Amino acid sequence: MEYFAPASTKEAVKLLGTAKGKVHVMAGGTDLLVRMKGGYTEPDAIVDIKRIAALRKIVRAGKGWRIGAAVSAAEMGEDKALKKAWPGVVEAANLIGSTQVQGRATIAGNLCNASPAADSVPAMAAVGAKAVIAGAKGTRKVAVEKLVKGPGKTTLKKSEFVESIELPEKKKRMGDAYLRFIPRTEMDIAVVGVGICLTLDAKGKCMAARVALGAVGPTVIISAKAAKALVGTTVDDAALDALARACAAEAKPIDDKRGTKEFRKHIAGVLARRAAIIARDRAKENS
Amino acid sequence: MFQVHVRTRINGDDTEFSCEADETLLDALRDRLGLTGAKEGCGTGDCGACSVLVDGRLVCACLMLGAEAEGCDIETVEGMADGSKLHPLQQKFLDHAALQCGVCTPGFLVAAKSLLERNDNPTEEEVRYWLAGNLCRCTGYDKIVRAVLDTAADMRKASKPKPAKAKKASAKGRVSA
Repeated sequence: MEYFAPASTKEAVKLLGTAKGKVHVMAGGTDLLVRMKGGYTEPDAIVDIKRIAALRKIVRAGKGWRIGAAVSAAEMGEDKALKKAWPGVVEAANLIGSTQVQGRATIAGNLCNASPAADSVPAMAAVGAKAVIAGAKGTRKVAVEKLVKGPGKTTLKKSEFVESIELPEKKKRMGDAYLRFIPRTEMDIAVVGVGICLTLDAKGKCMAARVALGAVGPTVIISAKAAKALVGTTVDDAALDALARACAAEAKPIDDKRGTKEFRKHIAGVLARRAAIIARDRAKENS
Repeated sequence: MFQVHVRTRINGDDTEFSCEADETLLDALRDRLGLTGAKEGCGTGDCGACSVLVDGRLVCACLMLGAEAEGCDIETVEGMADGSKLHPLQQKFLDHAALQCGVCTPGFLVAAKSLLERNDNPTEEEVRYWLAGNLCRCTGYDKIVRAVLDTAADMRKASKPKPAKAKKASAKGRVSA
């Protein structure tokens, strides 16, 4: 195996295009090294993107945010302004693994690992995050939920990699939240995860909403029906009940050792209800 | 195999080593540098027995390649004691019997040190969450958590500019005036 640590995006793209055999991009490496250890992948080359200075930073992009693909979850948690703007996204990132894992793991890596249970992905999808993809022909942007094709599979082409995640401008009366269910209190993989972002009008009525369900399908599910249950309401009990029913209906989970289909559908509704309350209250605080 | 030459600082000393490209930092520390304090429990980042600090950040040495350590400042459990003088956490772990078999202990010590450097007055809950990535199958965790909280209390006392004395002095001042 060869190890490369390019100093620029251009160099990284070139390496990805020319390296022979199985090439992996490495950000935090907390998934890649586990897969190598388990014999699930045997790379011929690793391209470590942590030496690309621009990818180590969180910067303002217009009125929004650009989080470099090599920024760790721990660094996101320490960025007070980012946390204030999009607490749901930062909290989701800070649920990935342990303190040790968060010291390395990145949300770009969490996305590209393409696990159906990735914690940061529903949170990012809810706020309308975009992945900035570097390639031989320059960069392109796609909505994060469009990047993942299925478990372990992305739509990235050879010589492409995600160089950053862009979060939109946090406007007035917007609030986001992410909640997940795990049987333990910490250090576990989501059985269900729900990300919600909503915008209220001056009278507290919901003008727009996005609801993203994780771990209840091969990829994150953006539920238009669930969003519809909230829009036009004050996010009151009746709306929350409708939201919970919509999420339970839209979830398409599998049965496995971590949860049955029936349980996961129910929990999707319960978590959506709770996440919507948090997002609503945050939107009110932000008015 | 593709060999990588790596220059680092380990526990304050400039250190160079060569390792294979797919070799973890943990293997490089243990097998190339003889620093066997960090342990391999799971090798997949679940147990925290290989916890080390890289540029001040707590990480699992098994989830990092040796090659990634180029130019980094690494702290391991071997750097905690000052000669034969134990670090306060090490002493408290002994006082509280916060270990039995000892395999997890280096990881817990490094992780706890990292917590106390960031937060000198953690709550029990904060200690438990911070250390959730360090597994111990002997102690049931309680003794470890108490040792960490007790160390934090002692370190706070030691670092305070002794307000009690200052009060006394001002009281005295008033008396004499």
